[in-house]
Amino acid sequence: MIYQIKVEGRTYQVQLTAGNSDGGWRCSLRENSEAEAREFQLDARETQPGVLSLLLEGRSYEIKREMTPAGVVVSVDNRRYATEVGDPRALRTRRVAGDGDSGPQRITAPMPGKIVRIQVAEKAQVEQGQGILVIEAMKMQNELKSPKKGVVRKILVKEGMTANAGEVLAIVE
Amino acid sequence: MPLEPVSVVFKKILIANRGEIAVRLIRACREMGVRSVAVYSDVDRTALHVRKADEAYYIGPAAATESYLCIDKLLQVARSCGADAIHPGYGFLSENPRFARACTEAGIKFIGPKAEAMEIMGSKTSGRRAMQSAGIPLVPGSTTPLSRVEALQVAEEVGYPVMLKAAAGGGGKGMRLVRAAKELESAFDAASSEALRAFGSAEVYIEKWIENPRHIEIQILADEHGHCVYLGERECSLQRRHQKVVEEAPSAVVDPELRRRMGEAAVGVAQAAGYTNAGTVEFLVDAEKKFYFLEMNTRLQVEHPVTELVTGLDLVQLQINIAAGKPLPFAQDDVHLRGHAIECRLYAEDPENNFFPSPGKITRLMTPAGPGVREDSGVYEGWQVPLEYDPMLSKLIVWARTRKQAIARMERALDEYFIGGIKTNLPLFRKILRDPGFRKAEIHTGYLDQILAQSNTATKGKEEKDENDETSRREIAALAAALFAATGKGGSPNGTAAAKVQTPPAWKMVARREGMRN
Repeated sequence: MIYQIKVEGRTYQVQLTAGNSDGGWRCSLRENSEAEAREFQLDARETQPGVLSLLLEGRSYEIKREMTPAGVVVSVDNRRYATEVGDPRALRTRRVAGDGDSGPQRITAPMPGKIVRIQVAEKAQVEQGQGILVIEAMKMQNELKSPKKGVVRKILVKEGMTANAGEVLAIVE
Repeated sequence: MPLEPVSVVFKKILIANRGEIAVRLIRACREMGVRSVAVYSDVDRTALHVRKADEAYYIGPAAATESYLCIDKLLQVARSCGADAIHPGYGFLSENPRFARACTEAGIKFIGPKAEAMEIMGSKTSGRRAMQSAGIPLVPGSTTPLSRVEALQVAEEVGYPVMLKAAAGGGGKGMRLVRAAKELESAFDAASSEALRAFGSAEVYIEKWIENPRHIEIQILADEHGHCVYLGERECSLQRRHQKVVEEAPSAVVDPELRRRMGEAAVGVAQAAGYTNAGTVEFLVDAEKKFYFLEMNTRLQVEHPVTELVTGLDLVQLQINIAAGKPLPFAQDDVHLRGHAIECRLYAEDPENNFFPSPGKITRLMTPAGPGVREDSGVYEGWQVPLEYDPMLSKLIVWARTRKQAIARMERALDEYFIGGIKTNLPLFRKILRDPGFRKAEIHTGYLDQILAQSNTATKGKEEKDENDETSRREIAALAAALFAATGKGGSPNGTAAAKVQTPPAWKMVARREGMRN
């Protein structure tokens, strides 16, 4: 199996072949910028869901995986890495589509919380960095700002509503 | 110093709190053979303190004003379940004299000081007056408003630098730091006009400016028979925006002589206020090790475990015994400090995003254990951290013979700690414990904000040094992501969707098979 994996902006190609023994894998790893792939033998066991015990050339790693609204986060030595697993074709199409700041931009809740204030109306003109709405959690208020100059196309929440992390709150075009 | 054998006066204690402190109090009750009663709001039905208590009663909606801060509801529960005492913990109603008084009037013992003592310590002016008459050192300055000429005189008396403060003020408005006499006049005019605009009063007064002070506090215990002891100090200088983050005991700058003087001052403070039960007297300590009274906290502190670990005492059990009218079971000479303890306060907040709160579901929890490690927690794996309350999750406390060993132990314990699903300030502690200034104990109340500001602007160079480690870690992350995908558990191109697919637990499948066989 070949996986294309993005870790913090770098792309790796990982090829995995199940070995003869339980939990044993042969794998090759190549960063896209590199020409040559490196080969490893490793032993991987999922000790509980989302926790992987990995033995690689005598070194023992305990790796934890979390599912977040932003994607799969993998912790190695207590450092968190946002990863993206995909097949190469999917990545290519996404790159063509592009996600620059042209077109509509979504404003999402950075944390679960209560919408305490909406500062602009739909169809209003906004500047980049202008406050759109205020979300509150644990007695802390967080003003969410417009990522770009444009028009507020939609506000999907009302004051007093509760939002989940990652939920789209407003769209600026 | 053995505690006297437990003979219980209270039968049942209502815990008027939630989170880790409620669990801590329940544990003390359990060890003393006292029944514990939890209360909970709408969002806390499955909270850890409810699970751990002997009894639990619903008190209302999530908003604290309608539940944990509702004196009537708490007393109603206490009466109907037959509790004979109430422990308020910290925060919520713990320093509210009205609550203490209402408990007394209802014939339920409030585990803490009397309402009158709280009132004295709760007001700035009456607290300062009580301290002045007891001869406790205060930050030098004037307590009355000054004219420009008087200001010059007072500044000369207390010595520069001084701080001009609005008499009616707060929140930094109308404040000016003055380093020399020639700056005073213009600073005075600026401060008083700012004060006038902000508070409608141009009156200003002067306090000596203490540069880079340490925040060091003394734990005291006073019984209801006139005995009062101090249990050493806690070093609480590591603060982020005036919130304590790391505490330790003892302080690296307090020697036995200073400890005795601060301890006796703290006992003096308590006695001046007619104080009983556990309390904390906070001091500012300057570079010359002069100390100044700041305020008294009339409750159990968050950071009480570091004192427990170096004294070997259980402060909550002592509080309960004191409230039951027992005399202190030891004298000042029996109190000895042993070793070093450090506490880290774990919060559901994101250090990489301005410390914004990060409530949510704890999907994975792996907690440290082993020698010298104590974890006072209010959470568990699978629990949803509600967004209505303080984001503190737990306190990690370690003990070792020396400060150096305690730091190494804390680093080890932090490595074992993993909280998945929400953001926490765990990475902040790793940074603090590695910091050379912290390791040398060269800290003050502004120190942490300083190193955080520096690391925001200048982490680049440090990270480059780490680059090799970083590269191999990133590769391991890539390998692991592929392995998770290959073993089919949540690694599909849209990982979030896969996370929701749950395979039935093995026991269920076995049960089903067994069922079919019958």
